[in-house]
Amino acid sequence: MPFSKVSGRNNAHKVVVYALSTCVWCKMTKQFLKDNNVEFEYIDVDLCEEKEKARIREELQSRSGGLSYPTTIVDDKIVIVGFKKDKLKEALGI
Amino acid sequence: MTEITIETVLKRAEADARTYGYYLNPDPELLQGLLEGLKVNEERYGYPSCPCRLASGKFEHDRDIICPCDYRDPDVAEFGACYCRLYVSKEVFEGKKEPPTVPERRPLEKQSRAYLATSELKAETVEMQKVLTGKDTAKVVEPKPKLWYCKQCGYVVFRDEPPYICPICKAKREMFAEIKTLIEFVV
Repeated sequence: MPFSKVSGRNNAHKVVVYALSTCVWCKMTKQFLKDNNVEFEYIDVDLCEEKEKARIREELQSRSGGLSYPTTIVDDKIVIVGFKKDKLKEALGI
Repeated sequence: MTEITIETVLKRAEADARTYGYYLNPDPELLQGLLEGLKVNEERYGYPSCPCRLASGKFEHDRDIICPCDYRDPDVAEFGACYCRLYVSKEVFEGKKEPPTVPERRPLEKQSRAYLATSELKAETVEMQKVLTGKDTAKVVEPKPKLWYCKQCGYVVFRDEPPYICPICKAKREMFAEIKTLIEFVV
């Protein structure tokens, strides 16, 4: 399953959200980004194929040290675990 | 088979909260979202695994994250809410306390079961985790269950930590004491 893209006027940063389709905090993160017109990509890991999950595991663990959702990565360097409005605002300058 | 509805998921959570002295999240929108996630997981896997964690779909691997998960008691005791925030303490329910984002207490080794086993972690990744989390994930110390008794009613339970309240007489967790007596079996 590829990443889904949500377009937005606020596209200065590369924003990637690792999420679960069942997780309310992941939904809130996506909604928060939409409400702020932020362009982002997301992937619902629970709906991915096994091979894809394994790849995501490597990616998430090496970047955040854990496997928690949502994990938002801004510009390939700022890692935000959980739905944290303040951290998201700060990283995105909104 | 009985149909799984938001109502059945809610009823079960309410009953469990009553028995164990917890409260359900007071935010109606959040509660609805959590119940929907549980419903989807119950339909998908046959058991209501935590909506905020990735399940493997294998019961024996997901047993510890079936709601109410094994981590609820220590998380509510420490933070006032469980990992997904379905269950909260009285103080949080009454708005006297705002819980922080609850960190994942489930050992990484158990979390990894939801991912393909072939992808063994690279040594550098394990190194990186030590730096990021300050923990050596290669060595996971599992808590050992003990026998606890309620000093008020005598209820006895075998688990890692005393329960949040006594499910029988509702005494507070402080009323629990560890049973250290050595039991010898005479044949």
